[in-house]
Amino acid sequence: MARIDEYIPIVGESIIDDLRLIAEKLKGKVIQHINSTPVGGGVAEILNCMVPLLKELGVDTRWDVIKGGEQFFSTTKKFHNALHGRRENITDRDFEVFLETSNHNIEEVNTYGDIVFVHDPQPIALIRKKAENKWIWRCHIDVSNPDSKVWSFLRDFVVKYDSAVFSAPGFSQPLPIRQFLISPSVDPLSDKNKELPQADVEAVMKKHGIRKNKPVITQISRFDRLKDPLGVIQTYKLVKKYTDCQLVLAGGTASDDPEGAQVLEEVREAAKGDSDIHILLLPQNDLEINALQRGSTVIMQKSLREGFGLTVSEALWKAKPVVASHVGGIPLQIKHKYSGLLCHSIEGAAFALKQLLNSPEYAKKLGANGKEHIRNNFLITRHLRDYILLFLSLFHPEDIVNL
Amino acid sequence: MPKIIKAKEPFRFYTRLHLSELTGLKAVNLSQLLGILKEVPGSSIYHHTHRFLQQHQYLSPEPPNDFAYWVSSVLAEDALAEELASIDTIQYSNIRSLREKIIQTIEDYLKEHPMAKLKFANEEEAFYFIKSISFVVPTKYVAHDLKEFISILERVTVDSIYFHIFEARLRLEKQTNDFSLWIETSLGDKPLADRIANIDPYTRTLEDLRRTLIRIIERKVSS
Repeated sequence: MARIDEYIPIVGESIIDDLRLIAEKLKGKVIQHINSTPVGGGVAEILNCMVPLLKELGVDTRWDVIKGGEQFFSTTKKFHNALHGRRENITDRDFEVFLETSNHNIEEVNTYGDIVFVHDPQPIALIRKKAENKWIWRCHIDVSNPDSKVWSFLRDFVVKYDSAVFSAPGFSQPLPIRQFLISPSVDPLSDKNKELPQADVEAVMKKHGIRKNKPVITQISRFDRLKDPLGVIQTYKLVKKYTDCQLVLAGGTASDDPEGAQVLEEVREAAKGDSDIHILLLPQNDLEINALQRGSTVIMQKSLREGFGLTVSEALWKAKPVVASHVGGIPLQIKHKYSGLLCHSIEGAAFALKQLLNSPEYAKKLGANGKEHIRNNFLITRHLRDYILLFLSLFHPEDIVNL
Repeated sequence: MPKIIKAKEPFRFYTRLHLSELTGLKAVNLSQLLGILKEVPGSSIYHHTHRFLQQHQYLSPEPPNDFAYWVSSVLAEDALAEELASIDTIQYSNIRSLREKIIQTIEDYLKEHPMAKLKFANEEEAFYFIKSISFVVPTKYVAHDLKEFISILERVTVDSIYFHIFEARLRLEKQTNDFSLWIETSLGDKPLADRIANIDPYTRTLEDLRRTLIRIIERKVSS
């Protein structure tokens, strides 16, 4: 686990000084994070990284986890999908299951924090324990187009919080409480993002049969319809007519997701007979993902829907030119023609790819701009700063706060 | 060696960190944009006219505001975008007058080009109004003379420079930037104060602004 001073060479000493300066203002306050799992999933990944850093900055930060059985988690998974706008059959029984487990957690979980920071819908009902302390609900999900039944059920809890936090402007909802915009971040010192020796990058490319003599277009994603892997192959085929290139589609295994397995099969079928398409299953292999991104000529993220799309930040941090869809949090990371190219269709993506492959200097400039954009806005140090300011905002309703 | 003048009052550097608050307001066409511009809090106008300066420090300072960027990239009304981009922000000493200028620019354009009202953004490309919540914090850096001032300017974050140049003048309505104010009132050097006040900070990146300030003051110190 990296220590806070290790970020100084990346962001500069003054940024870390500022973090210490504002962290001091939280002296005496206990921050209590509550989520549903200590390991696995994006939220746990963020907390595993943030909690020790906040502690090191002097912010008394604790982390508690609620309990729930299989039924509860299968219900909250349905909620999750429905909030993403997917059609789910949510029954009254689902709401009962949710409330039964929630009531049990309300009895069991001690909400001792001066600030209780609740992540995602699973522990949301704990707000019923609200006393004099401050409560924040952190929504990590794209709720821009939620299932109305599930959202109205959850909304009754959300409105009792002091503040809510969303990852992109389009995710906010009409609410009577303060809503803040805090984007996720990448950790530049993690295996997925740290600098790698060129030899390591080349070894990984070679291991997967990716040749050095042709440009490489890569999309890193789960094999999920919303990531549009078939659209990526179609895009590649349009480009291939004019520029000889390779395509890498790399992501986690789909063994626990029946639909994922089917998508993977369709992708393999679509790629059949083309030795320049490399389909790679890389479960939990952060170092190899890092190397693949670094070894690529252009990175794609042609999702049809996206939460925030942190793979875009990861690619930009490696100064790669990126072609990505104008969905979810991606436009926050890419300003079209400044730090990457945004697209709305297969044809648009193909045109953007051809531009970048044929104009390496332009591509390089976009990548360099992208890297600086990530340095200024999407590294974990900015995330730490936003969280500390968020905590402080609970005690300061004004727009200009003199600390 | 030129004599270094001690200031009557030392200059304390502050820094300003911001948090984005969502307003829940969004526009998909120019009429809606105009309507919301008239009622949104000043901290939202401030956010959308200054965000780029901090978030896109690596660029030459174009585009200077979110309204111009959205009107150009989403609605493709390039002539209006150019007018919005070229609003001379430095001329406005408070958010209220800046807001009026933006509104007037859009209203005039719509009078001349009524068809522009018919252009709609799709939901994903809507303009979302955000407010900027500023947290102003004193730093440990204090300058007693110009030499110390330069050495601190080299070290502080761009957020600190940003606060003293942009926020102090426009948002706290101090008429001029903090550096000029101190140089004039505590060091009695009006010409130098004026030189700094005459820099157009909106046409530079923050790092370029830092270098320019240092260069101007260094020249003065060594003259």
